Amino acid sequence: MLNLVWLIPALPLAGFLVLLLFGKRIGEPLAGWLGTSTVAASFVVAVGVFGALVGKTDEHRAFTKTLFTWFPSLGVNAALLVNPLSMTMALFVTGIAALIHVFAIGYMHGDPRFARFFTYLNLFVFSMLMLILADNFLLMFLGWEGVGTCSYLLISFWFERQSAATAGKKAFVTNRIGDFGFMAAMFLIFQHAGSLQYNTVFRVFEENRPAQSTVVAICLLLFLGACGKSAQLPLYVWLPDAMEGPTPVSALIHAATMVTAGVYLMVRIHPLLELTPGVLHIVAWVGAITALFAATIATAQNDIKRVLAYSTISQLGYMFLAVGVGANVAAIFHMVTHAFFKALMFLGAGSVIHGMHGYADEQNMKIMGNLRKWMPVTAGTFLVGWLAIAGVPPFAGFWSKDDILLGAYHDNKVLWLIGLVTALLTAYYMTRQIVLVFFGKERFLHDVNTVAATDEHDAAHRGHPHESPALMVLPLVVLAGLSIVGGFINTPFSKKTELLGKWLESAFIPGTKIHSFVGEQATSSGALKLVLAAIATGVGLVGIVIGARVWMRGAQQPAFELPILQRAYGVDALTSAVIEKPGHALADFLNDEVDHRGIDGVVNGVGIGVRSLGEIVRKLQTGYVRNYALGIAGGAVLLLGYAIVRAGM
Amino acid sequence: MSAVSFAAAAKTAEHASVPFPLLSMLIVVPLVGAIVVALVPKTRLEIVKILGLVFSAATLALSVWMMTNFDKADSGYQFASKHAWIKQFGVSWNLGVDGISLWLVVLTGVLFPIAIFGPDERHQVKPYVAWLLLLEAGVMGVFLSLDLFLFFVFFEVVLVPMYFLIGGWGHGNKTYAATKFFLYTMFGSALMLVASITLAFLAEPKIGKLTFDITELANANLGQSTARWLFLAFALAFAIKVPIFPLHTWLPDAHTEAPTAGSVILAGVMLKMGTYGLIRFGLYLFPEASVWFGPVMLTLGVIGIIYGALTAAVQKDLKKLVAFSSVAHLGFIVLGTYALTHQAMSGSVLQMVNHGISTPALFLLVGWVYERRHTREISQLKGLQKLAPVMAGVFTIVMLSSIGVPGLNGFVGEFMILIGTFLTHRWWAVVATTGVILAAFYLLWAYQRTFHGEPDAENAAHMHDLTLRERLAIAPLVVIIIFMGVYPKPFLDRIDPSVKSLIAHIEKNSGAREPASAKQLAQGSIEGEQK
Repeated sequence: MLNLVWLIPALPLAGFLVLLLFGKRIGEPLAGWLGTSTVAASFVVAVGVFGALVGKTDEHRAFTKTLFTWFPSLGVNAALLVNPLSMTMALFVTGIAALIHVFAIGYMHGDPRFARFFTYLNLFVFSMLMLILADNFLLMFLGWEGVGTCSYLLISFWFERQSAATAGKKAFVTNRIGDFGFMAAMFLIFQHAGSLQYNTVFRVFEENRPAQSTVVAICLLLFLGACGKSAQLPLYVWLPDAMEGPTPVSALIHAATMVTAGVYLMVRIHPLLELTPGVLHIVAWVGAITALFAATIATAQNDIKRVLAYSTISQLGYMFLAVGVGANVAAIFHMVTHAFFKALMFLGAGSVIHGMHGYADEQNMKIMGNLRKWMPVTAGTFLVGWLAIAGVPPFAGFWSKDDILLGAYHDNKVLWLIGLVTALLTAYYMTRQIVLVFFGKERFLHDVNTVAATDEHDAAHRGHPHESPALMVLPLVVLAGLSIVGGFINTPFSKKTELLGKWLESAFIPGTKIHSFVGEQATSSGALKLVLAAIATGVGLVGIVIGARVWMRGAQQPAFELPILQRAYGVDALTSAVIEKPGHALADFLNDEVDHRGIDGVVNGVGIGVRSLGEIVRKLQTGYVRNYALGIAGGAVLLLGYAIVRAGM
Repeated sequence: MSAVSFAAAAKTAEHASVPFPLLSMLIVVPLVGAIVVALVPKTRLEIVKILGLVFSAATLALSVWMMTNFDKADSGYQFASKHAWIKQFGVSWNLGVDGISLWLVVLTGVLFPIAIFGPDERHQVKPYVAWLLLLEAGVMGVFLSLDLFLFFVFFEVVLVPMYFLIGGWGHGNKTYAATKFFLYTMFGSALMLVASITLAFLAEPKIGKLTFDITELANANLGQSTARWLFLAFALAFAIKVPIFPLHTWLPDAHTEAPTAGSVILAGVMLKMGTYGLIRFGLYLFPEASVWFGPVMLTLGVIGIIYGALTAAVQKDLKKLVAFSSVAHLGFIVLGTYALTHQAMSGSVLQMVNHGISTPALFLLVGWVYERRHTREISQLKGLQKLAPVMAGVFTIVMLSSIGVPGLNGFVGEFMILIGTFLTHRWWAVVATTGVILAAFYLLWAYQRTFHGEPDAENAAHMHDLTLRERLAIAPLVVIIIFMGVYPKPFLDRIDPSVKSLIAHIEKNSGAREPASAKQLAQGSIEGEQK
C-alpha cells in the first residue's frame, strides 16, 4: 500500500491533464465530476496509505518512494516521503478538497469557464500534495510555487474584472518575495549539507553544526518564505485581496490548505528551528502580533469574505505562535480544525453569496440580515463554524486553540495574553458577522428594487434570497460535522486521548530534542489546564456576548467600526507610496535616462560621427543602408574567396 | 573529478565517428537549401516555404540523429571532422560537438523549421526563406567550429542574413535597427579577428606551428598579460553579442523591428553565440584571464539581471518588453559562466537552451498578436484572454517558464546557476535571486494589461484564437518547456561531463578551485567532510 503513495498526487495530475486537453468538450457538469472524482480517489488512496502507516510500529513509520532523478548534480530526486506528518496533511487536504470540489460543481454552475475552473483546482491539489509529500526542499518548492501559480490563476479567474486580475498579480508577486527567502535558504543549506533532502540535511546539521549565524540565517529565510505563503506580517497584504477569486477557491486555497503551507514548512524544519531559540521567539512574536493585528481589522470589515480573510490571517498567526513556542503538534492540530471550520464558513459565505445573487453588492453584510429564515441549512452549519472558531467547547476550535494557548502560557505570559485578547476579538467579530448575516432585520428587502433579473436563475428566485442546491449544502453539513467532532482527535485528558500528538511524535526525528507540545503538556498539571481552559472559554463567551449585544441593536454602529480599522491601517496606501511609486520612477529613469539618453546617446553619437564622415564620400553612394551591407557582405565573400584561392595554391 | 584533461579527452572522441560527415552535413544541408530556394522560378513561389521546411526539417533530423548517437560518457569532441583548408595559415575545416554545444545544435535544428513555418510571412517569400536557411547554416557552423578562423568566418556570415531579414522584412524604424545591429557586432568582430590572428601567431613558437585549432591553442600558455588582453578583445566581441550590460542597446531595437522569424532566431540562438563564445573560447583559451576578469563579468551579469528586469517593466511595446527580458535572462547565463562551479556552468549551458525555447515562443506569440492587431502597444491591447483563450493559455505557460516556476524549464537552469554561484560568490547570487521577484512582476503586469480585462471593440473585432498552423508551430516548444522542467536529466547528463572537464582545465591553468561543497556532489557523495 505504501508503494501506491505516488497515486495520491498522480490522480489529480491526471485529472488536470485530461481537463486541460478535453475539458471544454467534456463540459458541465461532467468536468466538475471528473475533477471531483480524481481528488476523491486520491483521498481514498490516502486513507489506505494512512491505514498502512498506522499498522506499522513507530520506528517504521517513514517511507521514501523515489520516482526519478530530478536534478542530478544537486542529488535531488523526485521522491515522496510518507510519514505521520505528511500523511496527516495529505489526508485532510484531499478530504477537504474533495468536499470543496463537490460544492464548486453547484457554485460554478453556468460559468462559461466551468471546466477550466476544475482544471485549475486539480492542478492545485496536485501541487499541494507535492508540497506536502516531497522528501526534499526543492521538490517542496515545486509544490510551493505550484500552489502559488494556481492561486494566481484562480484569484484572477474572473479576469474580466480588473480588480481580480490585479489581486492575482499581487498575490503572486508578494509570494515571490517570500520565495526569495526560500531559495536563498536552500542555497545556504546546500552549501553546508551538500544536499537538499530533509533527513540528510537534518542529520548533517545535527552531527556537524555549522556556525550559528548560518543556522539563524537559514531559519529566518525560510520563515520569510512562510510569511509570504501563510500571509503573516508584513507579507499578508495579498490575502484580503485574494478574495476576488471564486469562493470555493477562498475556502480551499486561502483558508484550508495552501496558506497553511508556511506553518507546515516551519514544522517540517523543526530540527533546524530548535537549534536557534532566537528565531523561534521571532516566529512566536510575529505569529502573535499578526493574530492580534488581523483580528482588529476583521472587526470593522463589511465584506462577508474579507472578514473571513482577516480571520484566516489571524488564525494562521495562532499556528505560528504555536510553532514558535515549540508546540508543533498544537500547530498541526489547529491547522486541521481550522481547515474544517474555516472551509465551512467560507463555503457558507459562498452559499450566502449564491443565495443573494442578483442583489447589488451581494457580499456586503450590511445589506443582509435574517438570512436564517431563507437559508436554514447554510445558517445552521455556519453557526457551528462560528462556535468552533469562537472556542466554545466541545467544538473543534476550542481544543486546538486551547492547546496553543497552553503552549504559549508555558513559554511567555505576554504571548499568552495576546492570544487571549485575539480570542476575545475573534469571538466578537465572528458574532458580529453571524448577527449581521443571519439575524436582525431583513435589510436586503429595501434593495429589492435594484434587482435586475438577468438570467433564469435570478428570475426563479426573484424577490428573496434562497437556500443553495443540495450539492452545495451537503459539503456544508459534512464540514459542520467535522467542526463539531474534529477536536476529539487530540484531547488533553490523558496521554491516551492525545491521539494526534502520539501519532505525530514519530514523525519528529528521534534523537533531536523536541520540546514538542506533547512533552510540555505532560508537565502541566490537570488543574492548570482546567483553569486556562476556563479562562479561554470565558473570554470567548465575553466576546460573543459583546458582539451579540452591540450588533443585535442594528447594523449601523459607527462607534464600533473605527475608520482606521476599516482602512486596514492604510497599509496598502503605504506600500504603494513607499515601494511601488519609487520603484516605477527608478525603472523609468533607467529606461529613459540611462538606456536611451545615456548609452544610446553615446552609441548614436558615434554613429552620427561616422555618418558625417560618410557625407564626404556620399557621392559614391546611393544612400541606402542595404547597399552598405551589401558592400560588407561582398567584402566578406572576397575575403573568403581570397582564402580559398590561397588554399588552392 | 575525472583526472582526464580536456585535450586528452578530445582525442578519445574518434570512436564516435560515423560513416558520413554528419557535422558537415548540418552546415551543408541548409546551405544547399538556401541555394535551391534561390533558384526557384518566380512562377513556382508556392513551393518556397515547403522547400524551406523540408531542408530545415532534414537538418533537424540530422541533429536529432546526432543527439541520439552522442556518447554521454565522453566529455570530449564527438563526430569530429578535420580537413586542412588553408595550410599556410594552419586553418582547417575542423568540426566537433561536445556536451556544451550539443544542445545548442539541436536547438538550432528545432527553431528553424518553426521560424520558417510559424509566422505568416507573405512578403518576398523567396529571399526570406533563402536568407533564413543561409542563417541556419551559419549558426550551425558557429556552434560546430573547433577552428578559431573557421568560427570567425561563420560568426560573420551569420550577420549578413540577419541584417537583410531585419532590413527587408522588419517594421518601423528597421533601417536604424538593422544598421545599429550590424555596426555594433561588426565592431566586436573586428576586435575578435585581430585577437584571433594575434593569438595564433603568438602561440606559433610555443606549439611549433601556426594553427587555429582551439584544442592546440588552449595549451599554448601565453604570458599572463598577453592572455588578458586577448581575452578582453574576445570578451568584448561576445559581450556585444550576448548582450552584456551596457552593450545591450542594439538588442531591443533589433528585436522590436525584426520580423518574427528574425526575433525567434535572434533570441533563440544568435544571442547564445555570445554566451557560447564566452565558454568555448573565453574560458577554454584564456582560463587564467577569465578567472581574473570573473568578478567584473559576474557583476555585469547581475547588473544585467536587475537592469533588464526594471527596464522591461516600463516598456510600452510588448515586443520590446520581451527583448529586455532577454537582457535579464542572459545575465543569469553570464553569472553561471563565471561562477566556476559545475552546477552553475551546467546551469548556464542548460539555460541557453531554456531561454532559446521560451523566448522564441514569446516572440512567436507576440508576432501573432501583431499579425492580428497590427500593433504591439500594450495600451492598445486588452482582454485578449477572452477572445483567444488558447493563445492566452500558451502565453501563460511560456510566461511561467520565463518567470522560473519549477516544473517548467526556466527554473532548472536558473536554480542551478544560482545555487552554483552561491557556493563561490554568495552575494552576487543573492542579488541575482531578487531578479526572480522582478521577473514575476514585469511579466504578470504585462500579461494583465494585454490579456486580462474586458476586451474593447477594437480588440474584439480583430483578435481571434490560434490557427491550426500556429498551434502546430508552438506545440513542440510547449512540450519541450514542460519536459525539460520535469525531467532535465537527459540534458544535464550530456552537459555535465564536458563542463566538468572544462572546469578541470581551468583549475589546471589558473589559481581557481571549485569549492569542495560543489565537488562532493559531483562524486555522488552527500556527506563528505565539512569545513
